[in-house]
Amino acid sequence: MRVKNSHYGAANPKATYRKELGLEDILNSEVITSPLKKFDCCANADGASCIIVARGDVAKGITQVPIWIIGLGAATDTMTMAGRKSLTGLECAQEAGKQAYKMAGLKPQDIDVAEVHDCFTVSEILAYEDLGFAKPGEGVGLIEDKQTYADGKIPVNVDGGLLSKGHPIGATGGSQIRTIVRQLRRQATEAQVKGAEVGLVHNIGGIGQYGNVTILRR
Amino acid sequence: MGFENFGTVSFTAAAKAADFMTHLEAGKVMTTRCRNCGASYFPPKADCPACLSSDVDWFEIKGQGKLNTYTIVNYGPTGFENDAPYILALGEFEGGIQILARLGRDIKPDDIKVGMSLAISPVKLPDNRVAYEFNKV
Repeated sequence: MRVKNSHYGAANPKATYRKELGLEDILNSEVITSPLKKFDCCANADGASCIIVARGDVAKGITQVPIWIIGLGAATDTMTMAGRKSLTGLECAQEAGKQAYKMAGLKPQDIDVAEVHDCFTVSEILAYEDLGFAKPGEGVGLIEDKQTYADGKIPVNVDGGLLSKGHPIGATGGSQIRTIVRQLRRQATEAQVKGAEVGLVHNIGGIGQYGNVTILRR
Repeated sequence: MGFENFGTVSFTAAAKAADFMTHLEAGKVMTTRCRNCGASYFPPKADCPACLSSDVDWFEIKGQGKLNTYTIVNYGPTGFENDAPYILALGEFEGGIQILARLGRDIKPDDIKVGMSLAISPVKLPDNRVAYEFNKV
């Protein structure tokens, strides 16, 4: 996971970590809290992001390529993780995803490019499963087969993700939206997903207390 | 009396379930069960997330639990730096109650096995602070 995200982070001028990391660099980094090592964790970062949202007719007047919000989902969960039904997924993300897919009238396989909340390497794998890109327990296979690279079945975090960009908390969601907007406008020169029409943003708050999923179309 | 003396760092003084601290200082780890729907929680909740009732009973967590998973924390977050390394564990007790707590220093990393039996007890910290931890059975 970190090899992929560091590969794309190296090409992102706005990323905090811009060094491409090899598997050995990652496996040999020190243990922060077992089994997570230094390079499994995103860095705290300062940052700001801004999104201009307008009514459809106004949007058409201020940009040549408006990006449309076609699906929104938001859900919450308990403050305490210990009492939750599952520790191998975030129910708030699953529910938010379900709502957003329903509103957009789309399925996971209709998504061309996604940004997910990879605050830790394991979080991106859980997101694959929570969003239906992989079945429960099969998220690891998706990255092992390189299906989440820019030329894979479902490209994910091809801007380097939080692991490379850093995590400025309040600005992170906006940064994820920006990446998908650039992808759908075909402006992501560093790692453009060919023919991207529909993109998805998955953002998590706290330790899975809040889940937000947004689906965008060009 | 609230949570100001709880743990290494207390994140709140006021809490609706502040009786937890009174019980802890009396040597008991207590939590709540909803009288309306029967759901039980740890940490205790004065309001039930399942049915939204505020009619709850206190009961003591007793007996043996089992270790579900754990992590060795080498770098503690702000306020916990001097405590590291320490071990955070998830234990499951009677009625399926899941509790996150530290493993007592009497349990060494080499002795930890997922599935092993655990007890829970209050623990006194410096400066009159209190917490709870898992211990060997």
